[in-house]
Amino acid sequence: MSPSGQGRKVSVLESIGAHLLLIAAVAFALYPVLWVISTAFSGAAELAPRVLPIPAEPTLEHLRGVAFSALKTPGEPDRWLFGLQFLNSLVISLATALVGIVIAIPTAYALARFEFVGKEGGMRTLLATQMFPTVASAIPLYIILDGLGLLGTRSGLVLCYATTAVPFAIFQLRGAFETIPKDLEEAAMVDGATRFEAFVKVVLPAARPAIAVTALFAFMSAYNEFILAATMLGREEMYTLPVVLQRYISEFSADWPKFAAGSLIVSLPVMLLFYVAQRHLIAGLTSGGVKG
Amino acid sequence: MLTGRAWPSRHVLAALSLALAAFAPLRARAGEDVRLWHAYRDAEADALVQVVEAFTKETGHKVELLAVAHESFGSKLAATIPRGQGPDVFIDSHERLGDFRARELVGPADAALEDHAVYSAPALAAVLQDGVHWGVPLSAKSVALYVNTRLVDHVPKTLEALADLQPGLPTGVFALAYEAQSAYGHMPLLFACGGRMLTDDQKFGFIGPEAERSLAIARDLVDRGVVPTDADGALVQDLFRSGRAAFAISGPWLAGDLAGADLDYTVVPLPLVAATGQPMRPPLTVEAAMLSPGGAQRPAALALARHLGGAPAADLRQRVAGTLSVRADVPVPKDSPLLAGFSAQVATAVPLPATPAMRSTWEPAFRAIRKVLRGQATPAAALAEAEFRFDDVRRPPPPPASPTPALLLVGLALLAAAFYLVQQARDPARREAVRRSLPAYRYVAHSVIAVGLLVIVPLVLGAATSLFAGSPTGGYYVGLTNFVEILTARGGPLLISGSFYFVLLVTIAWTLVNVFFHLAIGLVLGLVLSRPTLRLRALYRVLLIIPWAVPSYVTALAWKGMFHKQFGAITGMIHGLNDLFGTDLKPIAWFSDFSTAFAANVATNVWLGFPFMMVVTLGALTAVPADVLEAAEVDGATRWQRLWRVTLPIVRPALAPAVTLGAIWTFNMFNVVFLVSGGDPDGTTDILVSEAYRWAFTREAQYGYAAAYAVLIFLLLLFITRFPGWLARKLGRAA
Repeated sequence: MSPSGQGRKVSVLESIGAHLLLIAAVAFALYPVLWVISTAFSGAAELAPRVLPIPAEPTLEHLRGVAFSALKTPGEPDRWLFGLQFLNSLVISLATALVGIVIAIPTAYALARFEFVGKEGGMRTLLATQMFPTVASAIPLYIILDGLGLLGTRSGLVLCYATTAVPFAIFQLRGAFETIPKDLEEAAMVDGATRFEAFVKVVLPAARPAIAVTALFAFMSAYNEFILAATMLGREEMYTLPVVLQRYISEFSADWPKFAAGSLIVSLPVMLLFYVAQRHLIAGLTSGGVKG
Repeated sequence: MLTGRAWPSRHVLAALSLALAAFAPLRARAGEDVRLWHAYRDAEADALVQVVEAFTKETGHKVELLAVAHESFGSKLAATIPRGQGPDVFIDSHERLGDFRARELVGPADAALEDHAVYSAPALAAVLQDGVHWGVPLSAKSVALYVNTRLVDHVPKTLEALADLQPGLPTGVFALAYEAQSAYGHMPLLFACGGRMLTDDQKFGFIGPEAERSLAIARDLVDRGVVPTDADGALVQDLFRSGRAAFAISGPWLAGDLAGADLDYTVVPLPLVAATGQPMRPPLTVEAAMLSPGGAQRPAALALARHLGGAPAADLRQRVAGTLSVRADVPVPKDSPLLAGFSAQVATAVPLPATPAMRSTWEPAFRAIRKVLRGQATPAAALAEAEFRFDDVRRPPPPPASPTPALLLVGLALLAAAFYLVQQARDPARREAVRRSLPAYRYVAHSVIAVGLLVIVPLVLGAATSLFAGSPTGGYYVGLTNFVEILTARGGPLLISGSFYFVLLVTIAWTLVNVFFHLAIGLVLGLVLSRPTLRLRALYRVLLIIPWAVPSYVTALAWKGMFHKQFGAITGMIHGLNDLFGTDLKPIAWFSDFSTAFAANVATNVWLGFPFMMVVTLGALTAVPADVLEAAEVDGATRWQRLWRVTLPIVRPALAPAVTLGAIWTFNMFNVVFLVSGGDPDGTTDILVSEAYRWAFTREAQYGYAAAYAVLIFLLLLFITRFPGWLARKLGRAA
């Protein structure tokens, strides 16, 4: 009996079925986003209930309005701030990712490799911090940051975001480190490296995918965060993109087309990052990233 | 010993300081600068800039202007002013004065006012509380009647006559578009019937025959198709702008949005209600320049406030932004019918009370109106319930409790902890263990400090807030009273909407349903995508991750739009199905029923969450060893058996933590519930987190109560995640 002959026939049917399922899933995934795109490019409101999100009177004016909005400062010439605000968002998010993994990596390594007093309690506390809704901790956070003199600064914001991202990062990275066999480090140490050198030169490169994933998570959590940024940043030059976006919703009316256009611009870097990093994404979550 | 191995901390510190140095705080403000905050955009913001420029030219004081999103204005003021970092002057609506005064965010503005005769009496009265003026009135806003002069050639005198125009209009055109469901939008009708929102002694006024009559009239308008259902401001704007509404009730902000549209329109005061003979009178909002307590002491800030309310500024605002002046010496220009219309309306508008009680009327009133308009309750029943809710929110705060028992407990706990520590320190085995742990501590120390200070301390402090009650500036200790109140449903029935147990059940159902779908869809897609023969895999992967990549606050709003009964895409699909298959399905009013509103929330959240599960499954599947599968195939296992008995058990340990985390995130998923259903109908789809948020931010800042909710959520999650493990261990031991 030759399985290959039958297998090939079955595969064609299955392939088609698989593709159909995936196409349906993609349509489901994209449909609301297409609406956002349509709103961003619509010049007029078409008000019959529609199924296909085709923009009515396509126009670029909303995109232009958002991207080139000028800050009018009294007594000074108009300034183009959107680029700076975009940069703010990117840099703050990158800094969050950097600071987050720098704080998390050594801790995750220690949790994976060492036994020490307080290890169990520490892990449980970390998990517990994920369960507390942040609604209640916002105000004490302001007070603490104020005490540190960091209220209203971007560094203060980075610190908040980074430390909020750290517990999750520690879990991810600890799982990743645990799947890297100890023999690798031990071999290095036998060759004369210190534990730290073994850590940096052997373990970290092996865990690169997981580190990339963790950095991406931290980046995204900072990039889309609105409440802390809106409350803490005191100058338009320091605003991040979600804050800028929320300004299109005022008390009595909202400029939905501009809001949608702004959202598209805001989403672009993340999509790019995803596309570039997707192989790492999967590998990183593979290598025990989410193994408890 | 310490120095040689201090590498991790040194490098970490260096990286940290580099990152922080990149963001050195901007220079401190110069002494003469005045800080002005506002929530304007477009033309109003332009006008403000010009006014401020004139001020600087006149007085030489530089003004630091900051535009803040309206949504975060209040909380930003509350977070910064008490720490001396907020604005000197800020522009906001007078109705928030009561709230601001209670939180000590605003100072007396009498010194900034010119001769009182210069301002219109209602405007001045709006900022007067307890004999002191708390702001300089800048402009008055109210809604009025927009008339599409191409569709109608005369303005009826009464609302009933206006409604009678509906049959004569082309199909798809409404006679009147207004926000029937918002309490603010309903007020003109309420006043015309002789009703009110708040009584003089701060009790719920939206009750009684007058209020019921107003609701009956509104319901009638909706039932006859004169007024669109579920209309929000954006829909009213869209309808009027596209010529699908003959009349619209809206404010000056609509005029800005109509610029450039192919439309002929004018603005006139609202009509009478023939049934009562009274005119529809809209609520009046007075925008004022308010001073923070610090700003009220600075001559430069007072000068700015006075200038903002001055004649040249009012005139400029009127010309550039179309906002009505409240000064007697700045009349409405003759050539502007819009301003004339609004000005005529403002003369009969009713200033909104600025007390905190007023703000507590919105939510119950809005829920009652919505219920009646959707035909789910009679006016009398809905209003009685609204009064019940109002009284519930305004219930007197609990009596202060003595902190002595708690302090005693804390003292005892500290003693016990100290005793324990000393005992541990004495134990040589323990000391040895600690000594051996020291190298690990070097790796861990910095994160302990960072996480401890910035995550755990705020959490603990926030949790401690649950032991206090009262206003944000005047909190006092009440022990466990908040918890008792929550767990006893404040003396009311245990399972009505708004009671802790009801919300808990909804939250548990929400979590279970979501996790099930996340897992099912994620698993199926992961399995399909990991077929080695599949082409275009990378493309599919990137596309399927998009729900995760676009910010959730944007897509949640997009989903909400899709579920709109009259104009949403889902209704469009139903129409399409009817056309294709000849069926007669009716469009669904998604947010009128619990089951459909819940389904809408679930659909959105499943859409948001399946990519995460899919990616985790993909990753886990790559760890399934091919040789085990081959061996199973050789042994004669079918595809299904291989999946069920080999693949899934291997994948399960990798999935478990993701499922746990996903469940925790879903349990606390605020965005979707708040933005999509908003708790509709009647707060029944609210989950614990969104209920806590309402207590903190929309029900008179009852932070202690909200914090108690947060602590309960935390304890619940702790229990739920630890219980299965504990149970398994106990059972494992027994087996």
